[in-house]
Amino acid sequence: MSIIKPAPAAPTDTGNTAAAGQRTGTGGRSRGPARKHFGIHIFLTVMAAMWLVPLGWTVFTSLRPKADTDKYGYFSLGGSFNFDNFVEAWTRGGFAQYAWNSALITIPSVILILFLASMMAFAVSRVSWKFNVTLLIMFTAGNLLPPQVLAAPLFQMFKQLELPYSVSDSGNLLNTYISVIAVDTAFQIGFVTFVLSNYMKALSSELTEAALVDGAGIWRQYWEIILPLCRPALAAMGTLEVIFIYNDFFWPLLFIQSGDRLPLTTAVNNLQGQFLSDYNLIAAGAMITAIPALIIYLLLQRHFVAGLTLGSSKG
Amino acid sequence: MSTSNTTAAGAQSTARAPAGRVRRMSRRDKWILGFMVGVPTLIQLVLVWIPTLLSAALSFTRWNGLSLADIKGAGLENYRFIANDYPPFWPAVQHNVLWLVFLSLIATPLGLLLAILLDQNIRGTRIYQSIFFTPVMLSLALIGVIWQLFYNRDSGLLNFLLGTAGTPQAVDWFGDSSVNIWAALVAATWRHAGYVMILYLAGLKGVDPTLREAAQIDGANATQTFFRVIFPAMRPVNVIVIVITVIESLRAFDIVYVINRGTNGLELISALVIQNLVGEGQVIGVGSALAVILLVISLVPITFYLSRAFGKDKEA
Repeated sequence: MSIIKPAPAAPTDTGNTAAAGQRTGTGGRSRGPARKHFGIHIFLTVMAAMWLVPLGWTVFTSLRPKADTDKYGYFSLGGSFNFDNFVEAWTRGGFAQYAWNSALITIPSVILILFLASMMAFAVSRVSWKFNVTLLIMFTAGNLLPPQVLAAPLFQMFKQLELPYSVSDSGNLLNTYISVIAVDTAFQIGFVTFVLSNYMKALSSELTEAALVDGAGIWRQYWEIILPLCRPALAAMGTLEVIFIYNDFFWPLLFIQSGDRLPLTTAVNNLQGQFLSDYNLIAAGAMITAIPALIIYLLLQRHFVAGLTLGSSKG
Repeated sequence: MSTSNTTAAGAQSTARAPAGRVRRMSRRDKWILGFMVGVPTLIQLVLVWIPTLLSAALSFTRWNGLSLADIKGAGLENYRFIANDYPPFWPAVQHNVLWLVFLSLIATPLGLLLAILLDQNIRGTRIYQSIFFTPVMLSLALIGVIWQLFYNRDSGLLNFLLGTAGTPQAVDWFGDSSVNIWAALVAATWRHAGYVMILYLAGLKGVDPTLREAAQIDGANATQTFFRVIFPAMRPVNVIVIVITVIESLRAFDIVYVINRGTNGLELISALVIQNLVGEGQVIGVGSALAVILLVISLVPITFYLSRAFGKDKEA
């Protein structure tokens, strides 16, 4: 997207921001005189500033030592700024364990989701058989249910399923990562199947027919022809699902009872209990939890946005 | 496409030779296809659809959640209890409706407005987009904590900005049951508007520019062009945004649970489900009946979306 240089004299000619406002709807997309954009800029700048306040306040609080805020007050610039709160929150709060738990849940879930959903998407979009649309509808609908609808039966199913204590120290599936991974996977394959099947439908049918003439079986068509072509969609879905699962609060809350097995997002629930009214530490803990998501955002923003919009391209 | 000769390639054919459109799968391929469909479908059935049906079944029972032998039939008793003798239920319904109205009338239009403004070639559009989009990356649970720091009675920035910090007039925005639902809605808007913005930005880019030009040549002003031409042309995105808005307001849970587990002014149906399922005195039947109420309401946007997304497929 190119940025239009505004005419130099324009900002002084504020004239009427009302007129600018009226014309915001479309205006000349390529002309874009700065006079018209002046009102828009003011509005956007104010909004952006408001948008940054909560996160900015958290960062600000997290960087100040508790002693300084006690001395100067929370609403002051006095005192020093450092990362001591992050270090203390990390060690006292057991964040290393939470971060590891997040990885243990997120990585297998995303791999399973991409693998299972791409198989299913291939089967419903590239092979025509009787129930493929029906199944795709069932998959898509499943992802739209509120998770709380399934909570009681899933909890009881996992509780009643007895496992040897060598596998699970609870004697059943509760309090295990497997329970969270399984449900996250089941819940998300619907959405990813839907998106990938739309993507695969758009690929030319000649691709697999040519392979068929060469004697390629279903698996080779899927694994060697279609999947490599889906790389952009897989990258987008992978990024999106990493964030979705990393951010999932509910399933670990329901299934995991031991505090030291919680992932970062669900452990956020305990921050206030852990650090009582030491808001500097709470802020540092919140920032630690935000950092993985923000890093992925900075590195993979393109894929994340592509993933969100891919999901909405049909309807 | 060649068709197979009638004698050889039957369903049993294990030959790798290319066959016709209908008989092109070998037995091995059928097994593989069965695996590719069967495994995801089984997972989906066992962990999503069967639990949904079990929720419905449990809603007609009385059960403490201990032994399966203790499950007793209760007919419609749980539903009667919820409607008549369960004080948090109607406030929760009101809050869910308020959530939907607030997101529909404020958060979603705000996201659309931001998208329209950012779609003009203005300077720094990427920076603005990044700022508005950042909260979308954060979990609603974390958003609850971040806003708690902002809303706190003694140390929160908002009371300071209002000049009430440290005075008796200071408001505990998340704790005071007369305002906390609004405070939570503002926090939810912080995330929702960015989400809607990014969807509409993609939608606006997808609108054929000649439509806009044609409308302007016909003498339509900007507002008319937008509402009569551009907005209707973004129909697929509109459907998604409507569905997301409705579903998000039914799913709202994390943020109120982090604040106070969905009590004291922040009751939501989803939170009541969980309050009845965990902790002491589990009443699985009541929790399940609440879940079924949530399910039935959710089926409205789900059916709407599916009919839009798949309706054309079936006709074609």
